[in-house]
Amino acid sequence: MKARVTVTLKSGILDPQGKAIEGALKSLGVDGVASVRQGKVFDIELAGSDRAKAEAALKDAADRLLANTVIENYAIEMKS
Amino acid sequence: MKSAVLVFPGINRERDMARALKLISGQEPAMVWHAETALPAGTDLVVVPGGFSYGDYLRCGAIAARAPIMDAVRDYASKGGLVLGVCNGFQILCESGLLPGVLMRNAGLKFICHDVHLRVERSDTPFTRGYNAGQVIRVPVAHGEGNYEADEETIRRLEGEGRVLYRYCSPEGVVDERHNINGAAQSIAGIVNNGGNVLGMMPHPENHVEDIMGCTDGRGLFAGLVQHLEKAA
Repeated sequence: MKARVTVTLKSGILDPQGKAIEGALKSLGVDGVASVRQGKVFDIELAGSDRAKAEAALKDAADRLLANTVIENYAIEMKS
Repeated sequence: MKSAVLVFPGINRERDMARALKLISGQEPAMVWHAETALPAGTDLVVVPGGFSYGDYLRCGAIAARAPIMDAVRDYASKGGLVLGVCNGFQILCESGLLPGVLMRNAGLKFICHDVHLRVERSDTPFTRGYNAGQVIRVPVAHGEGNYEADEETIRRLEGEGRVLYRYCSPEGVVDERHNINGAAQSIAGIVNNGGNVLGMMPHPENHVEDIMGCTDGRGLFAGLVQHLEKAA
């Protein structure tokens, strides 16, 4: 089983890296960019075939390590 | 003072810290590897030093905060044991839940490596009793992620309870945005937990403890801890 965990900064949290990327896109002349927020993607392969168990493990992983829930949100997406 | 310095892969300031501790307390600290599950018996002070644990992978301090030794540190801190985290150590303490908030990327996006001035906000704590309240000290910083942030309620509580011990300031002690080197909330350079026994700070007091370093303003922090422990004994 494969899954993707996406970690993003909560709204309202200042994102200086996103701002720098936004500035770079504008200076490249990419049209229509209003704002950029950056985040992280984790592609995770899971052993076993129990979907509910896998989702619980991913939630545990995100809560305990992948995201700092003080400043970040996460989303779990099962891919197969 | 029996101190224990934690060592994680990628940490590089542990020897500076050990040298400063030996110099000021007269006792060689124990170096404790991250995979250990217990602190040496009779430890008076745990120090989480600076550096780049795990290459700052994931988030600064995130992986080190989940190391086996950190359970022992949490247990030690919950019983009132003194813990000092400097730079990456501050990030590790925040990530481990021992201190509130988080260290974000510096507002100016640059790695900052130079001396700064800090205002000591109060002198009645184990971590500041070597100074006077309002005193300005000069110590170096070296970090890319030192911008302390927390939710409004947490900041209000830190301020209300007098838990901000060190703040970035001008050489004269003025706290303003111009001297807030990394954009930290309320110019925060160092805070303590609600028990007052865990301090995290971004600057490196251990690097200003000998004349050859050009300044000895950092000595007061360690000397104060020694005094505090002697008085308690």
